[in-house]
Amino acid sequence: MRFLRRWWKRTRNFSTGQQDDQRLREEMEQHIALQTDENLRAGMSPVEARRQAVLKFGAREAIREEYHAQQGLPFLENLTQDVRFALRMLRKSPGFSAIAILTMALGIGATTAIFSLVNATLLHPLRFPHPEELVRIEDDLPGAGVTDAGISVPEFKDLQRSGIFQYAVLQIFGSVNLTGASQPSRAQYEGVSPAYFAMLGVKPELGHTFDPQDQTPGFTLETVISDGLWKRAYGSDPHIVGRSLRGDNDLYRIIGVMPPGFRDPGRTVGERNTEVWAATGFSADPAPPPNRSLRAPLETVGRLKPGVTMAAAQSQLDAWVASLRKQFPDDYPADSRWTVRLVPLKENVVGNVRQPLILLLGAVALVLLIGCVNVANLLLARASARSREMAVRQALGAARKRLVRQLLTESLLLSLLGGVAGLVILFCMKGFLLRLIPESLPRLNDLSINWTVMLFALAVSIAAGVIFGLAPARQAGRVDLAHTLRVEGRGSKGSTEQTRTRRVLVVTEFALSLVLMVAAGLLLRSFWDLYKAPLGFNPQHVMTVQLWLPSPNDPKTDIYGTAAQEAVFARELLRRSRLLPGVQEAALGSEPSIPLHHDRNKSALIVEGRQTQSKQQPLVERSQVTPGYFHLLKIPVLRGRLFNDGDDENAPLVAVINEAMARTCWRGEDPLGKRLKLGRGRAGVGQRASKSWVTIVGVVADARTESLANASVPQIYLSLYQETPKELAIFLRGDLNASAIPEEVRAMVQSVDPELPVYGAQTLNDAVTASLEQRRFSMDIVAAFAVTALLLAALGIYGVISYIVSERTRDIGIRLALGAQRGKIMAMVLRQGLGLAMAGAALGLVGSVIVSHLMAGLLYGVSPTDLLTFAGVTLVLTAVALAACYIPARRAMRVDPLVALHYE
Amino acid sequence: MKQKTDVLQGTLGLMVLKTLDVLGSQHGYGIARRIEQISGDLLAVNQGTLYPVLLKLEQEGAIESEWGASENNRRARFYRLTRAGRKLLEAETRDWEQTAAIIARFFEVKAEDLP
Repeated sequence: MRFLRRWWKRTRNFSTGQQDDQRLREEMEQHIALQTDENLRAGMSPVEARRQAVLKFGAREAIREEYHAQQGLPFLENLTQDVRFALRMLRKSPGFSAIAILTMALGIGATTAIFSLVNATLLHPLRFPHPEELVRIEDDLPGAGVTDAGISVPEFKDLQRSGIFQYAVLQIFGSVNLTGASQPSRAQYEGVSPAYFAMLGVKPELGHTFDPQDQTPGFTLETVISDGLWKRAYGSDPHIVGRSLRGDNDLYRIIGVMPPGFRDPGRTVGERNTEVWAATGFSADPAPPPNRSLRAPLETVGRLKPGVTMAAAQSQLDAWVASLRKQFPDDYPADSRWTVRLVPLKENVVGNVRQPLILLLGAVALVLLIGCVNVANLLLARASARSREMAVRQALGAARKRLVRQLLTESLLLSLLGGVAGLVILFCMKGFLLRLIPESLPRLNDLSINWTVMLFALAVSIAAGVIFGLAPARQAGRVDLAHTLRVEGRGSKGSTEQTRTRRVLVVTEFALSLVLMVAAGLLLRSFWDLYKAPLGFNPQHVMTVQLWLPSPNDPKTDIYGTAAQEAVFARELLRRSRLLPGVQEAALGSEPSIPLHHDRNKSALIVEGRQTQSKQQPLVERSQVTPGYFHLLKIPVLRGRLFNDGDDENAPLVAVINEAMARTCWRGEDPLGKRLKLGRGRAGVGQRASKSWVTIVGVVADARTESLANASVPQIYLSLYQETPKELAIFLRGDLNASAIPEEVRAMVQSVDPELPVYGAQTLNDAVTASLEQRRFSMDIVAAFAVTALLLAALGIYGVISYIVSERTRDIGIRLALGAQRGKIMAMVLRQGLGLAMAGAALGLVGSVIVSHLMAGLLYGVSPTDLLTFAGVTLVLTAVALAACYIPARRAMRVDPLVALHYE
Repeated sequence: MKQKTDVLQGTLGLMVLKTLDVLGSQHGYGIARRIEQISGDLLAVNQGTLYPVLLKLEQEGAIESEWGASENNRRARFYRLTRAGRKLLEAETRDWEQTAAIIARFFEVKAEDLP
C-alpha cells in the first residue's frame, strides 16, 4: 500500500515533469544556516563556522541527485533521454539510418510474412474448438499390404457405439451437378454422417446444420451450403433457408449456410473447397447394403472425449479391434492383420507443407540474421567514428553502463523503426504477396496479420536490435580513454579488436549466405531436373475438359447407371468431339486418367493363382479410358494390344497395364494373358469390385502421369466401355483455341444432355506447370532470399575491406614510397578479402551439409551433397567477394604516397 | 547514483519517525540534531542524507510538511507525523524490538547452554 502510494507519486512527478528542486535547495540552505548559527555560538569564526556546517552536511550535489532520483523514476527518465538522443543521432546521419532501417524492414517484413504463413498453417491448422481432439481413423490391412483400406458400415456403427469417441463420422467426397438454374453447374460435394458439423463444433452463418441424432439410413435430403455458393448462386439471398437445390437430379432442402471463413478439413484442394454438404446414413441407396466385409472408400473422422490422449484412445481401439476380430473371424481373417490407426486431423493440412514451410522459415531467419550482421557492421564503422565522442563522455564522468545502455537504445530504436516499416510494407504488399502463394498450399484459414503476427514482429525486432546492437555496445564499453583522446580524432584509428569483430561478422555473413545459396542451388537443380524429366507423354496441343454424370440417390432413376447406357453416351460424345474446330484426335477417360491430376484412385487387386494373403500385392492406380487415349497422349504400347471399339460390355473384360505394374506384379514373367480381379476403387460410384476376371491384353511404357517425381507408379487401365466412371474427362488434341474450347465443348455436351455441367478446362501444359507450382514457390522464395543474402554479404565485405584500406592508407603510402609495386598492394588487399571469404565459405560448407541433409525430402534427382552445387556456389560466392573487394583494392593501389604521408 | 543500503535507510527512517513522535513538529535540522545527540558519534552520517529519507517518508504518507518559522525566525520546513505514520512507527517499533530480542538471545546463548 505504502509502496504503491510512493510509486504513484513518483510516476506523477515523472509524467508532469514536476521537480521540487527549489524546495530542497531552500531547506538545505536553511539547514546549513542553522548549523552555522550553532557553530558561531560555539565560538568559531564566521568563515570556519560556515565551513564546518557545510562539511557536516555532506556533498550537496550528491544529495540533490539522490533526492531527485527518489522523486521521479530515474530509469524512465534515462530512457526518454536516450531515446531522444538516439532520434537526434538518427536524424544526423540520414543515409546510415535509412540503410539500417531499410535492411531491418526487409528482414523483419519477410520474416513476419513467412511467419504469418506458418501461423495460419502449421500453428493453427484447424480453426475448430479443441482441434487436438479431432482425429482421422484409418483402417490398415498390413497382411494384404493395404493402408487406409476404407471402412465397412457395420464396422463404423460398432465404432460409434464403442464409446471411445465423442463423435465419429463418415465422409465421402465427390462432385454434384447443380441443375435448375439457367446453366447447370458442378460443385464440390461431400456426403457426411449427420453428426459432422456437431463434431467439428462449428455453427452455420444462417439456419442450422444436420441433427446429429438423425438415424435416416440414406440421404436426409437436407443440405448445408458454403458461403461461396450462397453468394455465387443465390445472390446472398437472406431467405435462403428452406429453398431447395437440385443436386444430381435429387431435390434437397437448404437448411444452413456456413460462415465465410469455413473450409472443410479435407486432404486435397478440391476437398477443402467443398460447397455442398449432404447428410446420409450410408446404409441405403445409393450405397450398397451394409456388409461387414465390404470396405467402402469412405473416410472416418472422430472427436476424442475431452482429456483422452491419442495414446489412450489408440489402446482402447486396439482392444476393440481384438474383440471384433474374435467376434467376426470370417470378416476379419487373421492373415490380413486388420488394425485401426489414429492420425491427428491436422495432418490433413500440415502433412505436406511442414518441410517446405520450415525450410522457408529457416531461410528467412538466415536472411534476417545476415541483415543484423550487416547493420552491426555499419554500427561498428560508425562507432569508430564516434569513439572520440564516447571517450569525451566517459572523461566527463558518464558511467560505461550508461553508455552501453544508450548505444543499445539506439540499435533497438533502429530495429523497432525497421520492424514498423516492415509491417507497413507488408500491409501495402499484402494483396500482391497473397497472389504469390500457390493455391495448393493447404490452409483452412485466411492469411492475416493478426495480433500473434504483430507480437511476433515486435519480438523479432527486439531480438534483432539486441543482436546487432551488442557488438558495438560492447566495444563502446572498452574505449581506451587516454589513447583515443590523444590521437585527437585524427583518422580515428579503431582498435585492432574492433577490426577483428568486424572480420568475424563478415565471415559469419559469408557462411550464412553460403548455406542459403546451397539450399537454393539444390532446390533449383531439383526443379530443373523435374522440369526436364522426360514426361513419357506429350502434353503439347492437348486440352482436357471435365464433366460429371449425375448419380441420383435412387439407382433406378440413373440414366447413366449401366455400362451399356453410358457407353452409348460416351460414343456419341466422342463422335461430336471430333467435329469440333481444330480437333484432330479425341478420347475419353475417367478423372484419374488426367495426367498429373490430384485425384487418386488406388485399387487393391487379386492376381489369379496367387493368394492375396500370402503375396503382398501393391495398390495400383486405376483409370478407365477409350481406345484413342494412348495414341492421343503419345504413350507407346510395348507389348500386346491397346483397347479397341469392340471391348464393350458384351466382350470379356480386358486391361492394359504400364511397365511399372508389369515389373511389380509379374517380375520376370509375361503379363500378357494373366488375369486379375480389382477391389473397389476410391472414387466409389460406378467402380464396384469386378466380379469376373480381367485379362491383361497390353503393356504400355511408363509415363509420369501420376507425379512428375515418380515415373514408375503401377497403373492399370480398363476399357471405358466396360467399366464406366461418373467423372469423365474429354481429351482433345489438335490445333485448339484454348479460350474458345470450353464454350464449344459445353455447347457440344449440352446438345447431347442439357443437364450436364462442363468444367475444369485446361491445357495439359498448364497442368504440368501447375503440378510444379508448390516446388516453384519454395524455390523462388529461397532463391530470392539467397540473392539478397549474397548482396548483403558483398556489401559487408566491401565495407570491411574499405575500412581496412582507409585505416592502412599511411602504411600503404610508406610501402609505395619505399618502392613496393602497385600490383602487389592490390593483391595484398584482395588476398585479405579472399581470406575472409574463404573462412566464411569453409564454415558455410559445414553448415550447408547439415542443412541439405535436413531438406533431403524436398530434393529430387540430386544428392544432398551434390558436388556441382557446392562447388558452383562456393565459386560464385568467392567471385562476388573478389568483385566487392576490387573497388577498395584499386583505391589502395592508387594511393599517392605523398598525399598519404602528408595527410597523417 | 548508488542507493544507500536498505538497512541504513530503514533505520534512519525509523529514527526520524521516533524523533517526530517525541518532539512533535520539527524541521530537518532539528531532526538531524536530535539523532546526533542521541546516537552520539556512533552514527557518522552526513546530515544531508536525511533529506531523501524525509522525501521518501512523505511520499509514503507517513509524515507531512509545511513551511513555518524556526526558533530564530528563519523560514524552515516543519515535518509532522501523520496518523498513518504513527501506525507505521508502532509496527516498525514492534518489529525492531522483536528482531533485536532474537539477535540478543543468539548472542547470549553459549555452546554449553544447548542440550
